[in-house]
Amino acid sequence: MKKAGAKKPLPFFCMKPMKLNTTLFELGVLDRLAEQNTPLHRLDPRAKLITTLGFIFTVVSFNRYEISALLPLTIYPVFLIGAGDLPGRYLFKKILIASPFALFVGVFNPFFDRAPMVMLHGVAISAGWISFASVVLRFVLTVSAALALIGITGFNAICMALSRIGVPRAFIIQLLFLYRYLFVLTDEGLRMVRARSLRSFKGRGTGLKIYANMLGQLLLRTMDRAQRIHRSMLCRGFDGEIRLNREFSFTIHDLVFCLFWLSFFGLARSFNLSLLLGQLASRMTA
Amino acid sequence: MHMADALLSPTVGGVMWAASGGLVVYCSRKLRDATDGMSVPLMGVMGAFIFAAQMINFTIPGTGSSGHLGGGMLLSILLGPYAAFLTIASVLVVQALFFADGGLLALGCNIFNLGFFPCFIAYPLLYKPLAGENPTRGRIIAGSILGAVLSLQLGAFGVVLETMASGISELPFHVFVMLMQPIHLAIGVVEGLVTAAVALFIFSARPEILRIAAGHAAATGFSMKKVLAVLGITAILTGGALSWFASAYPDGLEWSMAKTSGKEELEAPEDGVHGALASLQEKTAFLPDYAFKASQGEAVEAEPVEPAWPAVEAGASVSGIVGGGLTLLLAGAVGLFLKNRRKPV
Repeated sequence: MKKAGAKKPLPFFCMKPMKLNTTLFELGVLDRLAEQNTPLHRLDPRAKLITTLGFIFTVVSFNRYEISALLPLTIYPVFLIGAGDLPGRYLFKKILIASPFALFVGVFNPFFDRAPMVMLHGVAISAGWISFASVVLRFVLTVSAALALIGITGFNAICMALSRIGVPRAFIIQLLFLYRYLFVLTDEGLRMVRARSLRSFKGRGTGLKIYANMLGQLLLRTMDRAQRIHRSMLCRGFDGEIRLNREFSFTIHDLVFCLFWLSFFGLARSFNLSLLLGQLASRMTA
Repeated sequence: MHMADALLSPTVGGVMWAASGGLVVYCSRKLRDATDGMSVPLMGVMGAFIFAAQMINFTIPGTGSSGHLGGGMLLSILLGPYAAFLTIASVLVVQALFFADGGLLALGCNIFNLGFFPCFIAYPLLYKPLAGENPTRGRIIAGSILGAVLSLQLGAFGVVLETMASGISELPFHVFVMLMQPIHLAIGVVEGLVTAAVALFIFSARPEILRIAAGHAAATGFSMKKVLAVLGITAILTGGALSWFASAYPDGLEWSMAKTSGKEELEAPEDGVHGALASLQEKTAFLPDYAFKASQGEAVEAEPVEPAWPAVEAGASVSGIVGGGLTLLLAGAVGLFLKNRRKPV
């Protein structure tokens, strides 16, 4: 039994990486999370993909001043993180550092929409702040759902799901190839950066000319690699078609998962569940 | 400048998904007809190259801050428009899934903004005529810089239009444009310089690569008309379908505004793209507003404590906040329960 309040150590692959390797590392973490074996991981990737898209669609379909009706939807990403045994703290940090574009644009709302909207104990809150809070909430919900999706499914399985849904084969193969060589090439890029920083001081060597030479070298090596890959593919009987050898079956579990969540999203879209809950609570306490 | 889910409306997201999806299908067809098999691994590793290139930073001349390559224009130059478009799209898919850059619904917008403009506007209309069949150093530089600037300007403008049409952000159109365009002019110039420098390196080290790419683009028979036709048809079809769908069911805006405020007009700004879209939606709708006015009436009657935001009713907002807090607690409890359930006992 662990001491109460003791911090649960993060899994080894969630620990703080070396600064240089961050990007590469991030890619690996989510994919390794997807290798776990929980009931959620065992679901058909199509079911998870469709349900998550349904979730995002539901979240963005609310009007821009909505906050309370959005809150019940947090249950979906929380469920994915909990049942999928994903490191919640790690994902939360990832959401915090994720692309700030939405927040950057949303933060202007309070400046342009100053009409008071809510009175709370005599303090008026303007419509702009409400809609900004709504943007932040949408951002957290959509981003966490997408990250959880990859954490419980894995990239390859998502590609398979896409291909079964009807995305063109050429694009699927492109995605799989890209993902496979991502690790190889980012490694190569990192080695070049490390070599450059070992040989130069005070930021020298980061000028455009050397940068272009490095990038060009990397590009040439990449193209040579493509040629070698192509040759070895030909040696193994490549005929222009890549066969994806993984079968999925859409079972009753998958159906139940999809139907349950999609109907919950429908419910949360049609009724303001938190308001109902709040009224219920105040009626009971009154 | 990755567009984010949080700023999108379902209609805009859906239309852009359809447009980008149509382009992906079209490019896949084109490549299947034309390739010798070599382009399969080449496109794959070139996508990975973009990620690798983003790990190498450089000092932006004159500023001291560091930047990295975006890559749309460079890919068009090296692979030709179709392969480049698919490669950019695949890079964006990985970014959306792993780095939460943009979002899944915004993926359509991002593929369009960052893929369509360099591949199908800047490359055929600027780079190709400027660099020509037998490129020289000067021509490559001019083509790369102008191409990168144009595609980033258009991409940034695309972001502005999509945000405006979605109606989540309150930023006035001109302010947003004035924020986005100058920043992306600077980014575009830097991107153009890098693209030119790398293209020149390739040109002096292995000129045949550029020639092959140019030839490849010519061999696949580029036709702007077809690209535009594909785009137009998918956009119209899905736009129409989505707006019907959206109005046949409780339209997000009207319905919930009516529910929370008691009046529908509060929300709709008549001016701007969003207003235009909304009025278009109203005109094309199956059941314009009719059917669910009745159901609104019922809803109001059924729930005695209707919240009325502007008419400052403390009770309603308090129970909204209490309920919201309870909901969050509930969600947290479910998460904790699930988490603890699977701990080994």
